Amino acid sequence: MVDVLVTNGPWLIAIAAAFGFLMAWGIGANDVANAMGTSVGSNAITIKQAIIIAMIFEFAGAYLAGGEVTSTIRKGIIDSAYFIDSPELLVYGMIASLLAAGIWLVVASALGWPVSTTHSIVGAIVGFASVGVSADSVAWGKVFGIVGSWIVTPAISGFIAFMIFQSVQKLIFNTDKPLENAKRYVPFYMALAGFVMSLVTIKKGLKHVGLHFTNVEAYALAIAIAVLVGLAGMVAIKRLKMSDKADRQTQFGNVEKVFAILMVVTACCMAFAHGSNDVANAIGPLAAVVSVVNSGGEISSKAPLVWWILPLGAVGIVMGLAIFGKRVMQTIGKNITHLTPSRGFAAELAAASTVVIASGTGLPISTTQTLVGAVLGVGMARGIAAINIGVVRNIVVSWVVTLPAGAALSIVFFFMIKGIFG
Amino acid sequence: MPVNSILGVFAKSPIKPLQEHIDKVHDCASILVPFFEATVAGDWDKAVQLRKQISQAEREADELKREIRLTLPGGLFMPVERTDLLELLTQQDKIANKAKDISGRIIGRQLLVPEAIQEPFSAYLQRCLDAVAQAKQAINELDDLLETGFRGREVDLVAKMIGELDQIEEDTDDLQIKIRRQLFSIENELNPIDVMFLYKIIEWVGDLADLAERVGSRLELMLARV
Repeated sequence: MVDVLVTNGPWLIAIAAAFGFLMAWGIGANDVANAMGTSVGSNAITIKQAIIIAMIFEFAGAYLAGGEVTSTIRKGIIDSAYFIDSPELLVYGMIASLLAAGIWLVVASALGWPVSTTHSIVGAIVGFASVGVSADSVAWGKVFGIVGSWIVTPAISGFIAFMIFQSVQKLIFNTDKPLENAKRYVPFYMALAGFVMSLVTIKKGLKHVGLHFTNVEAYALAIAIAVLVGLAGMVAIKRLKMSDKADRQTQFGNVEKVFAILMVVTACCMAFAHGSNDVANAIGPLAAVVSVVNSGGEISSKAPLVWWILPLGAVGIVMGLAIFGKRVMQTIGKNITHLTPSRGFAAELAAASTVVIASGTGLPISTTQTLVGAVLGVGMARGIAAINIGVVRNIVVSWVVTLPAGAALSIVFFFMIKGIFG
Repeated sequence: MPVNSILGVFAKSPIKPLQEHIDKVHDCASILVPFFEATVAGDWDKAVQLRKQISQAEREADELKREIRLTLPGGLFMPVERTDLLELLTQQDKIANKAKDISGRIIGRQLLVPEAIQEPFSAYLQRCLDAVAQAKQAINELDDLLETGFRGREVDLVAKMIGELDQIEEDTDDLQIKIRRQLFSIENELNPIDVMFLYKIIEWVGDLADLAERVGSRLELMLARV
């Protein structure tokens, strides 16, 4: 059966690349609201700025730090031992998964469900592998781990957000001179954001660019970048125009202005984290197809990424952002929420940090989930006037539905593709 | 097109509308000052017009109240109890209703505050409206309370405001006792039915301060549970 791969190899790669691009496009279109929505919603940045930030940092995140997560999707969820005799099944399955997840994303976006791109691809892979190949070929432990992450990641993210926001209240809002304290402490929060972001880039991303750092070097460099970000923040805060009325009302208004600058930094972080985490959903399966086809049917768990795959995913995400994201952003701009920059920053920084921490453990986690957890965390710290629990429930339901939906679609496509080529 | 966005999680904040509502209520009650001035000057046409303004403001306050009630469905997660918030709203709204009742009764009976007690009466009315203004100020601290997470010095500040409000309400009680006494000393010269209604009006004006104080205690309860 391996000769199928040889004769139709280029075709299969082309199809996989097309579907991978579609999936990346869907990720960009679908998640942009979640990644950038809080920044736009709190009026810290304009829609135009959000799109530009998202493009630059999603691309950077996808290209610099996205390589690591791809391998976890490829070798974590399914056991490649079952595909050694029939590698073409793996190829069909991955193509089917990409198509299924892409279509599911489009459908969900049209219906307005905030589904998780990560879970749609995971569901799709589990679906084709368990039905099309063998139920034992799925690492069910890993799948349960993912189901567990529905609880764990929001919890971690919520906890971090709670802590960050509590510290903001203690250091800044609940003091005699909130504005002075804001000017004093906000650069430290900026430095923290810069530290988290640069550390993950250095530790994960720069390998395939060809740079290697030891741990000490990595931390030193991350701290250096953090200090730079903090200093830049200080300068930006100094240049702010403040109304100098002394009453508390304007004081809090001014404090939020300071936080708005911080929000720009965390928005960059969020876009970066999202790009690094979610690009894998599109290019993981694609990379698997390419490596199987190129090696003539040999399945190795350590296939190097072909050079054009990461850029393809990154460009796909940015295209989705640019074309579809604009409309999404405008809708958000119209229904501006009652969210202040100080709240939005706490939620975004917590979500971005959680994504970064979790992608280090190799669990495919959902950006949406970390953000929902973070928002709830800020709410628990009594920072948000009203949270709509009904909407939260719907979001959770859509997460649960995504796995079986992705699975069902991918089973259908798997047998169709198998019929066409086999 | 529906946007699948995290932003749906943020429900409309009830705090701003609540502040708008108390502002409206305060505006409504404040019209009582020119209203009584018009009646004392004998300008009943103007009094009727001011009475219309009071009714209008009361209606607008009702609109706001309805809107808040409708935007606070169950299933909202808020830093304060939903029931407390709605209870506070109800108390606020009663102030406007009371102001409307006072003006309505005065117009309906062409009731004139007798010359002998006009001066203490206007001082008394002013003090009661001070209580309403103080309640408004306390409620307007709500957004700052949210900023600080209903903790610390901001809570102390509001507690102090509520203490002042109680003080003002006590003042109005004293003034009410005095003014009743003055009315009692001259009541033989007046139309008995008018006197009955005057007592009623004095009581109702005092109720403005009582209700304002109740708004304060509601707010206090809300913060105490936190």
